[in-house]
Amino acid sequence: MPALPYVANAVISGTLTGIVYGLMALGLSAIFGVVRQVNFAHGELMTLAMYGAVGAFQGLALDPFLTMIAAAMVFGVFGYVLQRGFLNRFIHRPEHLRMLLMIALAIIIGNGLLLAFGPDARSVQTSYQLDSFELGPLLVDKVRVYAAIAAVVATALLAAFFRLTLTGKAIRACADNPIGARVAGLPVAHLYAVTFGLGAASVAVAGCAMVQLIDVTPGLGPGYTLLAFVIVIVGGLGSMVGALLGGLAIGVSEALAGLLITPSAKSMVSFGLLVVLLLVRPQGLMGPGRR
Amino acid sequence: MTSDRPAGAGDRRRLALITVVTVALVTLPLVGSSYLVSVATLALYLAYVGQAWNVMMGFAGQLSLGHSLYVGLGAYVAAGIFVHFGVGPWAGLWLAVAICSAVGAFIGLLAFRLRISGVQLSLLTVAFAELARIGFDHLDWFGGPGGLFLRVGDRNHIDLLGFRGPPAMYYYAMLALAAGALGVCALLLRRRPGYYWRAIREDEVAAQALGIDTFRWKMLAVVLSSAMTAIAGVFFAFYNNSLFPEQIFGFGRSIEIILGPVIGGLGTLFGPIVGAVALVLLGDGTTEILAKAGVDLPGARQVVHGLVLLLVTIYLPNGLWPPLARALGFQPRRL
Repeated sequence: MPALPYVANAVISGTLTGIVYGLMALGLSAIFGVVRQVNFAHGELMTLAMYGAVGAFQGLALDPFLTMIAAAMVFGVFGYVLQRGFLNRFIHRPEHLRMLLMIALAIIIGNGLLLAFGPDARSVQTSYQLDSFELGPLLVDKVRVYAAIAAVVATALLAAFFRLTLTGKAIRACADNPIGARVAGLPVAHLYAVTFGLGAASVAVAGCAMVQLIDVTPGLGPGYTLLAFVIVIVGGLGSMVGALLGGLAIGVSEALAGLLITPSAKSMVSFGLLVVLLLVRPQGLMGPGRR
Repeated sequence: MTSDRPAGAGDRRRLALITVVTVALVTLPLVGSSYLVSVATLALYLAYVGQAWNVMMGFAGQLSLGHSLYVGLGAYVAAGIFVHFGVGPWAGLWLAVAICSAVGAFIGLLAFRLRISGVQLSLLTVAFAELARIGFDHLDWFGGPGGLFLRVGDRNHIDLLGFRGPPAMYYYAMLALAAGALGVCALLLRRRPGYYWRAIREDEVAAQALGIDTFRWKMLAVVLSSAMTAIAGVFFAFYNNSLFPEQIFGFGRSIEIILGPVIGGLGTLFGPIVGAVALVLLGDGTTEILAKAGVDLPGARQVVHGLVLLLVTIYLPNGLWPPLARALGFQPRRL
């Protein structure tokens, strides 16, 4: 058993990473909860945003935390257009076909990145990347703290949008009862597109926050798609609070597994957790009653 | 190969087509280059695993996105006892099939008893494949992340017992497997399991109301599908001679397995074959053309696969086979 400060360090860094995971999963959860679209290209969208952040840093010397704002807008518009102009046409197709559609997009994005940038890992080196805050015996990476702060801000904005604006309220109505929403005259196609845009923007922000925590390779996508699913299933498909709690749970358990068992075993813990939860409580921790 | 219907109009044309295809397939290694043989072996391999996966999704409607689990397990089991104990592939085959059927039955039991379906079922299958990938990274007996390597045999001498020989031998083995799988599936579809599976696929509640023991028939689909896939794994081990957990259990591998049947036509008998051929022709065709042009672009083949999948899902949701079958004079049926 490692000494207590190590465990505390792991819990803190796991919590901070978990907040970013939570934001990433929130995007997936919103898209699933409202549009009923299983976004198998979620991790690929994040990888795309990470390449954007690397490109902006190398080409324009833009800090990833500034790129984040632009990325949120670009991905928001992209998500809106993708849903409005393309995915909305397939709303009434069987579930597996809609999943396959997203898998096709994922394959194209992931391998398109491989075509464009090659297989080498890329990263961003800012001046403060290796700095850390010292709190007594604890050392906390600055980038991790900033990433978590950015994720908290983005999450708060998203929550405020869903709670406080009329569009947000309409989207929630759509999620509750799509037919009722249509009957009441809500512009469902538009609301779906807004939701997908917000989901894409969340994952873009998460990607820009993650870019200083991990190296970027074109093959990152599937792993993060699966991770986002794990988190969302752990938290409950469609539940926003659940996605955040699930992110924290996965972040901390990964960090602890990395410390206590071996770093390569950390995703084993999340997939193990997924299997157990699917079997015991398929609606997730915060999900509604059984389906 | 059999035609889909009893004798009737256009029967002569169909018979001619089947004869031509059969003769072409059988004589291919005699006339084709070694490159062509390897590409054809790949196509037959994808057609076979696609057929196996199609039993579960195409026939019974249970979407598995983790079929690389059974390829990998089958390959590692057979390769493991070969490398460590010198047990040949024919004995290893039985062990691989037994273990994969057991694992399939276990996953099916968990999922179907606890009434997990749809997205959750797909994710459960992915999770098990990923667990196996990470697990095998830590199993030193199987070589861990560094890989498990089989002694390469004499390529000029045919050793059927040891499953060692020239590429043409592997080609014929895969041809036999693909033809066998087609035969088994054709037979099953015309018998009780086929009808029950399709009833479950279309509407499980209605099937249950008609008195079909849906649990039992879904279990049969999963176990049969995993057993068939295990055989592909054993083939892969002895054909490829090296196994890496990252490669064989990867999510990309599971997707590769489903591409053929989805593109060719879910739930159809010839869909997995047509889809596999289309994928290999387009994918390797692209790579070839790029290579001729002097560029080597990793990812180009997969982008083509993705585009094909995208276009087929948009414009031909029932796959390439139904329109192709009509054009060839076959009665197209979504079996």
